[in-house]
Amino acid sequence: MSARRLFTGPARLAAIAPYLWLALFFLVPFGFVIKISLSQTAVAQPPYLPVFDLAAGWDSLVAAFGELTLDNYRLLVSDNLYLLAYLRSVMVAFTATLILLLIGYPVAYAMARLPRRWQATAMMLVIIPFWTSFLIRVYAWINILQHDGLLNTVLVGLGIVSAPLSWLATDTAMYIGLVYSYLPFMILPLYATLSKMDGALLEAAADLGCSPVKAFWLVTVPISLPGVGAGVLLCFIPIVGEFVIPDLLAGSDALMIGQTIWLEFFTNRDWPVASATAVVLLAILVVPLVFYERAQMRQIEGRR
Amino acid sequence: MAATAARGLSRINMAALALGLAFLYLPIVILVIYSFNASQLVTVWGGWSLRWYRELLNDEAMLAAAWMSLRVAAMSATAAAVLGTLAAVALARAGAFRGRTLFSGMLYAPLVMPEVITGLTLLLLFVAVNAERGFWTVTIAHTTLTMCFVTVVVQSRLGALDRSLEEAAMDLGCPPARAFVAVTLPLILPAIAAGWMLAFTLSLDDLVIASFTTGPGSATLPIRIYSEVRLGVKPQINAICTLIVALLTLVIIAASMATKLTSARGESAAPL
Repeated sequence: MSARRLFTGPARLAAIAPYLWLALFFLVPFGFVIKISLSQTAVAQPPYLPVFDLAAGWDSLVAAFGELTLDNYRLLVSDNLYLLAYLRSVMVAFTATLILLLIGYPVAYAMARLPRRWQATAMMLVIIPFWTSFLIRVYAWINILQHDGLLNTVLVGLGIVSAPLSWLATDTAMYIGLVYSYLPFMILPLYATLSKMDGALLEAAADLGCSPVKAFWLVTVPISLPGVGAGVLLCFIPIVGEFVIPDLLAGSDALMIGQTIWLEFFTNRDWPVASATAVVLLAILVVPLVFYERAQMRQIEGRR
Repeated sequence: MAATAARGLSRINMAALALGLAFLYLPIVILVIYSFNASQLVTVWGGWSLRWYRELLNDEAMLAAAWMSLRVAAMSATAAAVLGTLAAVALARAGAFRGRTLFSGMLYAPLVMPEVITGLTLLLLFVAVNAERGFWTVTIAHTTLTMCFVTVVVQSRLGALDRSLEEAAMDLGCPPARAFVAVTLPLILPAIAAGWMLAFTLSLDDLVIASFTTGPGSATLPIRIYSEVRLGVKPQINAICTLIVALLTLVIIAASMATKLTSARGESAAPL
């Protein structure tokens, strides 16, 4: 106990460097995004107006403040392009997360029921793809799905289809890529809660005459809900803002919001609109986070 | 009763596990095999060959990008290891301090933040302070992104540690800070090493944040690969991807050995 009290001083000092780093490179940049989202596009370097110049004195600063507008946000609301992109992002993330849950749950469940000594190996096998490059994993699928790729060769060879199908630039390809890339993020939190489950609970259910299927729904599923929540969150939030997978695998007729930000920024060089789009995306993503936080709090309180 | 129920389910369980793992690994295995294909066409198997690896050696833009990526990864992983460990020590040992919630919030936010947003915000900062974009800006961005991963690994290790060793050192008259450096630091070193390697691979992997924060003429390897992939599948890309997979596999083996070393010392290993 005395050790804890003695060491807290130096440990607090340890917080200073990472604290400053995060404030400077994580918190402060959000201020810039909000400011630029209120600016106007300009053909200049940097491509927005007004630029706050502290050296120019107080009056010009006040004048610059007066030039800030909500025009970019009005554009986001009035132009269907952005609304559709937000809608599509949420829909795609929802569908992909649902598929991930349906595939990830049986795998995590099987992992948790393996003999103890195999569980570590199984977990390692699921983690390894998470370490392999995202881009490489998407590229591996382009290899398979392209017009004269492996999938079409196999399908035609087996006589399932008569002519090669086009897989690339479709939503199917995008969903395959999303599910493939995010599967470890779904499996690991599910496995973490399922492996902690006490097997005696299922035995008790069986002894009381509960069928295995019913026991699964009445015992296993409620216990695994925290893992489901964490897995859904870990997949849903990044997928809403996903750029690489829809860009490389989906068609170009409907864009997701990550692609829209990228396009506004790099192609149209409209930094203020890109910033406003990012601010709104962030606001959308806070919603599931708050829900999750609340659910967790309720659970902690329920345990007491 | 429960044992038979478990065995009854296990065939479906095994099928789910086997299919899940096959789904995760097959595409990468196919990619690796085709990188040794002598033929230009993906459908035609022209026999085993190292042709695409030789062509890779002549691709100077690709080699320069690889060198840039390795430097950024090593530099940012080192910075992330230092900052992430400090943060872990603060979270595990400092108790309640003012701003702790904000601190852990900022630390873990990059875990779920879409990369497009992180990249955009950092770029706007760099532009506003007129920083020259290139090696250093990407390194700073990757450090910010990866330090939370180091913290997760080191913090769980600190939590699993037997505090009595530290206390014994202090009972024998060792000042707290010195007890930490002499007793605790060696014990968490494998976790820091594992965190470093995780940060290294994440930095090597990142496309989106690097695209935002880099400048003209200093493309990282994923940026280079991405611009090639957009133009279609090329056998050389299979070759460079295979090399990256091989490198990352080595790093993973090293990291798991570092974690094993930890558990060999009699405490529970830090989960990666």
